[in-house]
Amino acid sequence: MLEITPLHYTALSAALFIIGVIGVLVRRNIIIIFMSIELILNAVNINLVALSSQLQNLVGQVFVVFVIAVAAAEAAVGLGIIIAFYRNKETVNIDEMSLMRW
Amino acid sequence: MLEAAVFYTLAVLILGLGILVISARSAVHSVLFLVVNFLLVAILYVTLSAQFVAVIQVLVYAGGIVVLYLFVVMLVSLKRAPEQHADTRRLGVTGAVLAGAVLLEVIGIVVSGAARSDAPAGARGAGVPEAISDPMLNTEQIGWVLYTEYLIPFEVASMLLLVAMIGAIVLAKKNL
Amino acid sequence: MLETFIIPLLQIAVLLNAVLVAVTFMVLMERKVMAWAQARLGPMRVGPHGILQAIVDPIKLILKEDITPVAADKWVFTVAPIMSLVPALVVFSVVPFGPDPLYYVADINVGLLFIVAVTSIGVYGIILGGWSSNSKYPLLASLRASAQLISYEIAVTMTLVSVILTSGTLSLVGIVEAQREAGVWFGFIQPVAFVLVFIGGLAETNRVPFDLPEAETELTGGFHTEYSGMRFALFFLAEYANIIVISAIVAIMFLGGWMRPFPNVEALAFLDLIPPWIWLIGKIFLFLYVFIWIRATLPRYRYDQLMRLGWKVLIPIAIGNLVITGIVKVLV
Repeated sequence: MLEITPLHYTALSAALFIIGVIGVLVRRNIIIIFMSIELILNAVNINLVALSSQLQNLVGQVFVVFVIAVAAAEAAVGLGIIIAFYRNKETVNIDEMSLMRW
Repeated sequence: MLEAAVFYTLAVLILGLGILVISARSAVHSVLFLVVNFLLVAILYVTLSAQFVAVIQVLVYAGGIVVLYLFVVMLVSLKRAPEQHADTRRLGVTGAVLAGAVLLEVIGIVVSGAARSDAPAGARGAGVPEAISDPMLNTEQIGWVLYTEYLIPFEVASMLLLVAMIGAIVLAKKNL
Repeated sequence: MLETFIIPLLQIAVLLNAVLVAVTFMVLMERKVMAWAQARLGPMRVGPHGILQAIVDPIKLILKEDITPVAADKWVFTVAPIMSLVPALVVFSVVPFGPDPLYYVADINVGLLFIVAVTSIGVYGIILGGWSSNSKYPLLASLRASAQLISYEIAVTMTLVSVILTSGTLSLVGIVEAQREAGVWFGFIQPVAFVLVFIGGLAETNRVPFDLPEAETELTGGFHTEYSGMRFALFFLAEYANIIVISAIVAIMFLGGWMRPFPNVEALAFLDLIPPWIWLIGKIFLFLYVFIWIRATLPRYRYDQLMRLGWKVLIPIAIGNLVITGIVKVLV
């Protein structure tokens, strides 16, 4: 218990991942759903960094840099879509985003 | 002993803040909890002697992406909260069941992976320089791997960022 | 035990107290210099030539009533000043006041990135402070302030990259040592970067001529209008601590940090009698003086001019400087 192995980090990462999944499934505010997705990406990053330092191989950390770049792109475009949608429909409830066009 | 204490403290705080992020009533509070969560994850990276990734985490996530979220939350000032007219109880049950299924799957993967932990040497990837565990060289070594082995993915990632930037401007601007 | 805990804790205690005292005296210095620039006397009542004003002001702020507006989000309203002050103070942990480990708390291999990253957290205090007050002028001011901060951060960071290319290291101690080896301050190798970082620093600390977020004539007082007493003092401290941080970064990166002028000239060796930390503090105060001098001299920008300067002038120059530095680095 007192010795920290990669399995501990994997467990932490899995728990954070699950919290993110619950957030995506339960919340209806699309901004909070986006934040839950960020939590999921962070869970993956924790895994990558922990295993990278365990295997003494830097590729995991390089991948974290790529994941962060993708997260930044996702946030920019996603929030742009939210703003455009809000301007038309005055809501950020994901249940009301069911129209194919407006 | 110290390592274990630090890890468990960080783990409890990270998970607790994660739960607060998805359960807070006000979206602004959610964003605040998310920032603190990301800062704690950065500290976790430092304990794993990955200083460069830790600093990038603070700089890009906490200092960049979450500021964007905060702006959008403040711009989208809601007259009625989205949760008010949804059947939250049914959603909660469905969400918990689905998340439980994912949890079982993840536990299965972890356990079966731990059972054969002696991964073959080839899993390390060919031709990749191995890290020397000297924290003073972490940034330099990441630079070497990023700009030699992963140069083309790096260029593609920067292209992706450019496209995202243009896309965000096109989406958000009322009339170009 | 002694080296891992006690000495760093002592260093942190000394550093924090020094910064806080420096801030109170900087406020006095600002009032005095502004007064001289405008042919006034400035504070004269408390102590000889008003020197004790620096002690009386904090006491007044501590004793004042601490008001929370009724419609404010109380939790966020309390957290915002803390989120603004803590990053400003954390940054000092990597500022080296001398060549020896006794003069700095930590020398990390990502020092400069650490400073950029931690200062970028400070923007939360501004946004949340303005939002949680539930009042329109603070909200407008905080949106202005954060947009300005984010825009100029890009230009400053891009410029710092070209200095990193010249020095070949991110560690602040390493950057000063690189200047000793080059035999010249980077301010002379990278004059464009020097000017850009200084202008960007003015904008990031919301100083004149970029003090749009605090434009009294339009916004009554900025994002901290609804704050009073000690919570206002925390914002105030954060603002001035940030000014000292910017001055320290510019002094370390472009004026040789703790080194005396002309470190390679033997004839000037007598200057080494002055300890290194005094050299750095002297350089910092030189920049503080310039900040105040600019405040007493220049008028304020209009908001669209400010944004145009940031995005259409400073960022292209920063990118051009970076490209030229890279080309020179490859050729030489």
